[in-house]
Amino acid sequence: MTKQWLIIRPKVLPISFHCDRRVPRVLSILTLITIVAMVISVGYGEYYISPLDVIKTLLGLQTTNTDYYFVINILRLPRTLVAFLVGVGLAIAGTITQGITRNPLAAPDIIGVNAGAALAAVTLIILLPNTPVSLLPFAAFTGALTVALLIYFLAWREGSSPVRLILVGIGFSLIANALTNLMITFGEINTVSQALVWLTGSVYGRSWSQVLALIPWIVIFGAIALILARELNTLNLGDEVARGLGSPVEWQRGLLLLTSVALAGSSVATAGTVGFVSLMAPHLGRQLVGASHEGLLPVAAMMGGMLVVGADLLGRVMFAPLELPCGIITAAIGAPYFVYLLIKNRQP
Amino acid sequence: MNQNRFCDHRLETKQLTLAYDGVPVVRNLNLGIPTGKITVLVGANGCGKSTLLRGLARLLKPKGGMVYLDGKAIFQLSGKTVAKKLGMLPQSPIAPEGLTVRDLVAMGRYPYQSWLQQWSSEDEQKVKEALDITTMTELADRPLDNLSGGQRQKAWIAMVLAQDTDILLLDEPTTFLDLAHQVDLLDLLYELHQQQGKTIVMILHDLNLACRYGDYLVAIQQGKVYATGTPERVMTEEMVREVFGLECRIVADPVADTPMCIPMGCKVKSDILRH
Repeated sequence: MTKQWLIIRPKVLPISFHCDRRVPRVLSILTLITIVAMVISVGYGEYYISPLDVIKTLLGLQTTNTDYYFVINILRLPRTLVAFLVGVGLAIAGTITQGITRNPLAAPDIIGVNAGAALAAVTLIILLPNTPVSLLPFAAFTGALTVALLIYFLAWREGSSPVRLILVGIGFSLIANALTNLMITFGEINTVSQALVWLTGSVYGRSWSQVLALIPWIVIFGAIALILARELNTLNLGDEVARGLGSPVEWQRGLLLLTSVALAGSSVATAGTVGFVSLMAPHLGRQLVGASHEGLLPVAAMMGGMLVVGADLLGRVMFAPLELPCGIITAAIGAPYFVYLLIKNRQP
Repeated sequence: MNQNRFCDHRLETKQLTLAYDGVPVVRNLNLGIPTGKITVLVGANGCGKSTLLRGLARLLKPKGGMVYLDGKAIFQLSGKTVAKKLGMLPQSPIAPEGLTVRDLVAMGRYPYQSWLQQWSSEDEQKVKEALDITTMTELADRPLDNLSGGQRQKAWIAMVLAQDTDILLLDEPTTFLDLAHQVDLLDLLYELHQQQGKTIVMILHDLNLACRYGDYLVAIQQGKVYATGTPERVMTEEMVREVFGLECRIVADPVADTPMCIPMGCKVKSDILRH
């Protein structure tokens, strides 16, 4: 019993917990890779700073060059932090959606939740250009929730087939994108260019105000997701079994759906539609630590953070000095992965 | 009447009416489940057996009447309270990809856990017992999708056993299993019943196995109880004709001496005419 599981059960406290034995190792390796990628990412650019100097500056130690502080802390760090937070948010959102729909293809970007968030945010940017960035997540959340509810009522209840859910979701995605394009076509030129940079899924030019607007969403709803990991496990067995185990299925599902939408919406509000992260991260996580959500959620979250930080770095290095938005990199990796999953999950 | 053998009912229905989309499937049904016995529900496809089982398990809200567990209306008890007394396994449940047997069985402990107590020593002990009794210990770290149908079904049974309930409700636990595995699974359930005195209510389609393993049979016809009692009492040619619309002969099972149903069918009739 103790061989496969890591069990935490202190004698003095009335608490106990278990997860897959691989979780701590996988999580540390992912964290390490992410930190390395972040340090390289912060140092990389027209003004190159060596990793050692980056670490020194981040830790507040004295460096040879006083410009470093400004370049790192004001210009580059927020961008990388946003990439990380967005990856975490999208990955947790995807893990939840896949869990509650019991559909390995369901991710907020595939089923149109992200497109709904983008539509709402673009509408806000174009109609009210002076809105503070901290309000964007709320608008995106509303848009995401609207699409999520529509999908829930049109394609999910009464146990519809996995592919139907995906098709209806892709339909919503297209509708929302079309409306977004409409907004852009009729919008005022300056605000539109602002919206366009953002829509491709990019962390370019993100500042501390965006980091600060996003952090509370990721921390609060990420924590709720971790608290609900066990509920996600039971829901993943299907409604009947979950109810048989005494789980208040409707409540838990509603709460989880709201959590997922909040994470996806706030992430999209900050970095636009960085596609396929919420689809890939949970799958890769499952390969590493299995399907139990106590371990899967943190691993998928870190995987998502790593993917977006890595994609942002790659997008800048590949065709330097040209810069590819990280959303294009994740799509280039994610789209074939989606097709692979689609074929693997094909039903007769 | 042999009723007093089955007088103790922890789980019973009174005037129970269950409906899907407003169409009643089970009507004004009064039924007591004998405690510590194996009860088998039999009936034609679509007669309401599964609906009744779901009603008994608190999965379906009654349109009229009520299900009582230990004398209390089951919908006035909390989900977790019920889940500590009564375990339910729906027909051919599907596990998520990559889930191991151990992960699945551990989820049976859900009703006993809280956010702080997610894995007590008792949880660990009960899961170990459930894996042992179902002989799944060696397969515990295999993903469910890699197992055979019989092994998978045993893993699900182990999950319900980890729930540590006195009452088990099983909807066609033998579906999709070949005869050898059907008998294997029913032997396991019989063993549980003998060793731990569990009350088992299950739906079976094989009438001969129903008679062999059931202490108590409930024949259901269009949402109503047609007959209840020992297999000898319930399994009559008339019952099979009325409930299943099938002509048959009932003879004694040469191995167990329980009733055995031999269907007639057109082929036999024409053969008889020809000779």
